[in-house]
Amino acid sequence: MNEIIQTSLPFLWPELTLAVTFVFTLFLQFAFKKAPMRSGYVALAGFLVVFFLLGTQGGEEVSVFGSMLAVDSFAVFFKYLIIISGILVLGFSLQSEEIRNNAEHAGEYFAFIVSMTLGMFLMAGASNLLMMYLSIELVSLSSYVLAGYLRNVERSNEAALKYVIFGAVSSGLMLYGISLIYGLTGALDIYGIREVLASGAIMQGSWAYATLVGAVILIIGGFGYKISAVPFHYWTPDVYEGAPITITAYLSVASKAAGFAITIRFFKVAFLNTISPNGTWEILEGMNWELIIAVLSVLTMTLGNLVALWQDNLKRMLAYSSIAHAGYMLMGLVVATDNGITAVMVYFVMYLIMNLGAFYVVMVVAQKTGSEDIDDYRGLAYRAPWIAATMAVFLVSLTGLPPTAGFIGKLWIFAAVLSKPGFVWLAIIGVINSVISLYYYARVFRNMYLRQGEEPQPIAFGNRSIAWSLLFAVPTIVLGLYFGPVLEWAKNSVTLFLR
Amino acid sequence: MDFPILSFITFLPVLGLLVILFLPKESHRNIRGVAVAVTVVQFIFAIILWAGFDPSLAGINAESGMQFVERVQWITIPQTPWFGEIRIEYFMGVDGLSMPMVLLTTLIVVVASLASFSVGKNLKGYFAMFLLLDAAMIGVFCSLDFFLFYIFWELMLLPMYFLIGIWGGPRREYAAIKFFIYTLLGSVFILLVMIGLYFSTTDPATGLHTFNMIAMMDPANVASDSIFGGIATTARHLAFVALFIGFAIKVPIFPFHTWLPDAHVEAPTAISVILAGVLLKMGTYGLMRISLPMFPDSMLYFQLPILILGFINIVYGALVAMAQTDFKKMIAYSSISHMGYVMIGLAALNPQGMNGAIFQMFNHGTITAMLFILVGVLYDRAHTRGMDEFGGIYNKMPVFSFFTIIAFFAAIGLPGLSGFVSEAFCFLGAFRTNVFWASLSTLGIVLGAGYMLWAFQRVFMGKLPERWEGLSEINLREILSLAPLAVVVVVLGVQPGIAFNWFSNSMNHLVEIVTSSARVAGLM
Repeated sequence: MNEIIQTSLPFLWPELTLAVTFVFTLFLQFAFKKAPMRSGYVALAGFLVVFFLLGTQGGEEVSVFGSMLAVDSFAVFFKYLIIISGILVLGFSLQSEEIRNNAEHAGEYFAFIVSMTLGMFLMAGASNLLMMYLSIELVSLSSYVLAGYLRNVERSNEAALKYVIFGAVSSGLMLYGISLIYGLTGALDIYGIREVLASGAIMQGSWAYATLVGAVILIIGGFGYKISAVPFHYWTPDVYEGAPITITAYLSVASKAAGFAITIRFFKVAFLNTISPNGTWEILEGMNWELIIAVLSVLTMTLGNLVALWQDNLKRMLAYSSIAHAGYMLMGLVVATDNGITAVMVYFVMYLIMNLGAFYVVMVVAQKTGSEDIDDYRGLAYRAPWIAATMAVFLVSLTGLPPTAGFIGKLWIFAAVLSKPGFVWLAIIGVINSVISLYYYARVFRNMYLRQGEEPQPIAFGNRSIAWSLLFAVPTIVLGLYFGPVLEWAKNSVTLFLR
Repeated sequence: MDFPILSFITFLPVLGLLVILFLPKESHRNIRGVAVAVTVVQFIFAIILWAGFDPSLAGINAESGMQFVERVQWITIPQTPWFGEIRIEYFMGVDGLSMPMVLLTTLIVVVASLASFSVGKNLKGYFAMFLLLDAAMIGVFCSLDFFLFYIFWELMLLPMYFLIGIWGGPRREYAAIKFFIYTLLGSVFILLVMIGLYFSTTDPATGLHTFNMIAMMDPANVASDSIFGGIATTARHLAFVALFIGFAIKVPIFPFHTWLPDAHVEAPTAISVILAGVLLKMGTYGLMRISLPMFPDSMLYFQLPILILGFINIVYGALVAMAQTDFKKMIAYSSISHMGYVMIGLAALNPQGMNGAIFQMFNHGTITAMLFILVGVLYDRAHTRGMDEFGGIYNKMPVFSFFTIIAFFAAIGLPGLSGFVSEAFCFLGAFRTNVFWASLSTLGIVLGAGYMLWAFQRVFMGKLPERWEGLSEINLREILSLAPLAVVVVVLGVQPGIAFNWFSNSMNHLVEIVTSSARVAGLM
């Protein structure tokens, strides 16, 4: 026991640092009674240390704590995404008036962001079903609190309550599924499950097989809730709309990233038969998992895009848009090859930049105009040209038009889907969805550029706001033209630890 | 080639854009001046390109036949065991197909920038978007790498959206978003086929998958077991249809034409000029550059339906044009009709037809540009476009009428003006392929004369209503925007050999590729 701990800990410096940061942030808030936002700087310092420590984790594939966690380049890729979005969201929070106005508990706010990050790190590496459940719960519990952080805002309370109820049910179902799998295979770690399934112990057509299918569906329910896939997405619009915008941004990017990491790892390892030399997996015979995920993907994309068309609140519209983007990423998952996984990973990098950028602009505009309604963006181009321009860049990128990063992300996903025979229909549905999404993204820049608002005076966004929005806008365009490094990084990170 | 003239022509407008962004927004004269200067310099370089162009080289599917080639590595992603290397190149070049288009684009852009002087507000934004559009258009015509082509192709959409949506007429928002969504839908189909072609083609030089269009045209490079391998398979036909839809939306071919009347009518004059003069040609250019050489088997398979669609364009467009009372809308529908001539020439798949088609593309660009500028001149003064509201303009504005006569008769196809030669060749080609549909299409010429002459009578002849007593004659700037086009129309009408010299080798070679390549052996 001691030995396991001793040999495992050195591989987990980032996670340990996060735990320590959590403790520090939580307790140091008492020292910052006069200036509660300072706890944010503690958290930020911790995150920066974690960012550098992530360098120690890459390069080798190990399984630690007795197959509880895997430390491999796949996990490290997603951890980088999570910590970068964490650092950026902390930056947002320190500028956010929503948080500043409710700053008595700011220490807890920042502490929970740290704990959520720790949970996401564990999610990215979890290779044992119980660890998966535990890490998902850690993220969920932290998010419930954070969603309801604005105590005086009714929407925020509503968001938190809906989130708790929905999350509890989803986690419960997932746990049931996990227990069924344990009962069927006798193993909780995904490697053990694979061995049992590969040995053919569960015959097709038997009750045991039907139970296995049911269990996997329940687990898909749990993972689907985290990535906001249809039909497990109902919490997303209300929570995204009610939570403070910084938390919405974090959920939409990092939480989704961790959710995808865990889903990919679970499916790839537990149901893997062999890896043939060109990287194609052969899913265990039986259920046509690819078709199931494809149907989920179509439902998610289509529902996300169609409902977004009707939204008046920009935050809510971005919530549905992020559901749609999860749908595009699921297309990459359908292609059960390393090609598809690489496409998903590249998409996530682009998605991180453009989505965080969009939420940042919504935050600063809401702070200056007091509104998140799309109608109140009218004439923004003439009142705040830089902010409007960067927002236009993000919207164009979210639609997937060249020469932006969003186009590159979609290009690789479609390339992965088309390289797999028999799924051309999925690609066609994907591109049609992109065109549908243009309409609601265009509504925002139509309001900004083609319409005049009621008040024509210019809005003075400080240089800091403009600088931050450019921080996202410039990479959005640059990565649209020069995306080689991202693609290479993703390609080199696809290796999962396999026993 | 030492001096990258193609990249220079393509990216000079971007430089102009950057200069304009730094000018103060009140300095209207400087902004306009920069825009006109940039476009004129571009045009001068296009002339230099023409001068250095060797018409004897056919190009199309041979890199050795391409001229002013620039080819550099752009994106290289090294190999992993399961992924294969990715290499995307920045590959530009012109041949007889694209050189006339580059010439046309630069000419139209000069004319349009002169016509843009009537724009009153937000000049900075207007000319910034204008120059971005300019760069994208030239880029489309010069690209020989499909990925690069696609980026330039899509890059056109956003500036057009803003140009129509901010500076357009009363229904500009509707027209702009309709244009954007419609064209994007077509573009994403092109994207899917592009990706499919990427996975099917290997570059013989490197052994990797490639976006190189020239490599895609050689059937030897397409693996027989890939998506688009084989000859006349369902996958290839579907891909051809997908590409066709994408390009047909731009041409526009019935029934994908419904965005055009709205976009043309609501766009400001100069943008209508660019839309009709250049953007519509991109559809047929795409067909000639991509669909025909890469999918000749499917082209043969769908030859008759495409011919019939061309016929529908011609006659339907003409009939609807005749029903219009809005001057600009009438010209918009006449555009649809004239692009129909290009389609029947293209679908004829013989040298006369193909040469006629590309010549008609060039001529239609110049003629329709003239027509839209003329409408703009009238609208700037009268603020209405209803043809029944006018009359007797001939005596009020004789110089204006002079240009109108040239433009109208060129559109009708009067011998002596360029429109006649190109339409004649299109019909020559179409007759050889299918006498029935070609004969029916000649109805379009009669109808064309019908609506044009009737419009001329309504607007220019008869009695001048009192409210137009104060109309001013056409001014120098407007004459400067019309004169080059008029000269081209007349010169090419009298001496079409100048133009045929540019493209006949390439177009004959294209016909050869389509009708006699290894793919097609046994299908004809």
